[in-house]
Amino acid sequence: MNMAFIKAAREHYMSLSQRDKCQVTYIWIDGTGEGLRNKTRTFDTEPQSVEDIPEWNFDGSSTYQSEGSNSDMYLIPVRMFRDPFTCDPNKLVLCEVLRYNRLPAETNHRMSCKKVMDQVKEHGIWFGIEQEYTLLGTDGHPYGWPQKGFPAPQGPYYCSVGTGKAIGRDIVECHYKACLYAGIKIFGTNAEVMPSQWEFQVGPCEGIEMGDELWVARFLLHRVCEDFGVIATLDPKPMKGNWSGSGAHTNVSTKHMREEGGLQYIEQAIDKLSKKHMEHIKVYDPHGGQDNMRRLTGHHETSSINEFSAGVANRAASIRIPRQVGQEKKGYFEDRRPAANCDPYLVTKAIASTCLLDDVEQVKGS
Amino acid sequence: MTTLSASSGLNKTVRQHYMGLPQGDKCQVTYIWIGQNGEELRGKTRTLETEPKSIDEIPEWNFCTAHRLSLVQVCYNELFLIPVCMFRDPFTLDPNKLVLCEVLKNGRLPAETNHRMSCKKVMDQVKEHQIWFGMEQEYTLLGMDKHPFGWPQWGFPAPQGHYNSGVGADRAIGRDIMECHYKACLYAGIKICGTNSETMPSQWEFQVGPCEGIEMGDHMWVARFLLHRVCEDFGVLATLDPKPMKGKWSGSGGHMNVSTKQMREEGGLQYIEQAIEKLSKRHKEHIKVYDPHGGQDNMRRLTGENETASINEFTAGVADRAVSVRIPLQVSLDKKGYFEDRRPAANCDPYLVTKAIASTCLLDDVEQTKGT
Repeated sequence: MNMAFIKAAREHYMSLSQRDKCQVTYIWIDGTGEGLRNKTRTFDTEPQSVEDIPEWNFDGSSTYQSEGSNSDMYLIPVRMFRDPFTCDPNKLVLCEVLRYNRLPAETNHRMSCKKVMDQVKEHGIWFGIEQEYTLLGTDGHPYGWPQKGFPAPQGPYYCSVGTGKAIGRDIVECHYKACLYAGIKIFGTNAEVMPSQWEFQVGPCEGIEMGDELWVARFLLHRVCEDFGVIATLDPKPMKGNWSGSGAHTNVSTKHMREEGGLQYIEQAIDKLSKKHMEHIKVYDPHGGQDNMRRLTGHHETSSINEFSAGVANRAASIRIPRQVGQEKKGYFEDRRPAANCDPYLVTKAIASTCLLDDVEQVKGS
Repeated sequence: MTTLSASSGLNKTVRQHYMGLPQGDKCQVTYIWIGQNGEELRGKTRTLETEPKSIDEIPEWNFCTAHRLSLVQVCYNELFLIPVCMFRDPFTLDPNKLVLCEVLKNGRLPAETNHRMSCKKVMDQVKEHQIWFGMEQEYTLLGMDKHPFGWPQWGFPAPQGHYNSGVGADRAIGRDIMECHYKACLYAGIKICGTNSETMPSQWEFQVGPCEGIEMGDHMWVARFLLHRVCEDFGVLATLDPKPMKGKWSGSGGHMNVSTKQMREEGGLQYIEQAIEKLSKRHKEHIKVYDPHGGQDNMRRLTGENETASINEFTAGVADRAVSVRIPLQVSLDKKGYFEDRRPAANCDPYLVTKAIASTCLLDDVEQTKGT
């Protein structure tokens, strides 16, 4: 099929005037806690804010979220972005999902995350997540790898330039532009250690914003990949053996940590985290730690899943304090444990709870 | 074609849509640096809130390398990226930027392959001489199978003779890459002064200059980044290996043209001859830094054949391309101008080459020792 011709035909339709009407695409997380779903509706005018966007509903039995006999579920708009695919005035709207009885769906972790973030608001907690992912062909093999084979060992690929080293750059650059247009706080991108593996960073985001922005950035990634006919997987260990896995390292700071002398607060936070290692591991991937067992081996710049460790400039630790932070005695820390396919609402909620809520508050919040 | 990369097959019409999306006030800045082996280039990108107007507005950054100490031990190093030179980005366009960086390790010392720092010291010392450089960067296009691009699979084209500066489908192979790279360099602000196809089929050359002092290394390294990045889009490889094909096939050099203020003025020829005399006394020291492997790469290229001098002895002459240093015919007629050092390999570090030439020709022995 001549894809270039098809896309040229698309251009004609995409540029047709839609007068005052606005297309709004509702996005939500499905019953797997990893998959994203979406559908679109027409508005008579452009919504100016998320408050202008009405609730909607969908068939939860088709998204692993409910039984067929009682399948209606509610979509509650929470964040609005510009649509980089069909462009202004059209919108993308991230929604949280409620069940028929208006209680949060099983994979709606936003609600409980927001409760915690509201409780810790005075701390001004900021997050930045480094989202790694691997490009696959539709045959499930990493994109651009020799068919049924392997490329040369890792070494030349990280931050590389050149054919055969940086594979699939078009996707990265287009995704970056799409995020900027949409209004996602995309901080940067780089090629990663394994060929066909890439990373983008979102942040700094305060509180609930981190989860919101990362989920929409993921939607944009999958949607861009559709256009190019490749697949982006967030599987934390897509290739067994001497190939790097994919994480979602989460960088964290509070107001205290960012101020002079903040290092003591960082160290206190790390001490608290060290006491709840297994509780965090459980929520750092969608399968109670099972996915991370394949990634956190202690090799390939990971710590072992079985024990908590921390250190300055140490990329084989659970928590790394950047060298600059160690020198300036203030800044942020990096939790390197979350898997690439984690739910950022669960990760940020766990970190905020453990570091900033006392035991009583933590129990109430969970 | 199976010799092209998979990436190059990604739909460029699709890409155009995204590249045309407005980004408000935000600016994408790609930091570029020389990797650990002194030959490869690396880069990563970040968003700045507004377009930087000069290099001073671009913050330092950092990156990490992993070094295996044993089967079970890996050492991680955090290294710092210090912006030194800013260019426009010809891939994602204005207002986005490409920024060349030098690399510092802990303690703000230069990383092993950061030769810019010591080169700049020398260039600052010889500033009054206004030393200009122009480098001729040769390179060969390869397919993903590592065979020269466009050559018969498992075979060879007709012998050399009609390829240099040629035109025609059987003579100029991969011109698109050369032309796109040229446009990219002009857009970016690289001082690219020309291109031509070279003697071996699928071999090309571009020239950067004239650049004063440290600028030569800066512009050449970024021009190389642009070359590899353009090649990504086309799905072929550009190799700077100085002798990619054994036998009666030309190698690839990084001929360095040099002049000082005095050489360019009336009667400048005497200064050219003095410089060549100084160079003749330090042949082996120069050869050591004219490729990234202490002269080993150049041993495959500087054989005395295919328009090269022998690596073992220093020679010079007017209009002679089989010498170490050539004085162009016009220069010998005008009695002023520049000279051409034909010894550097295509994969040399231009900071090391220009530093060596400036040191040898313009610093006395005491200053040279201090500067290393």
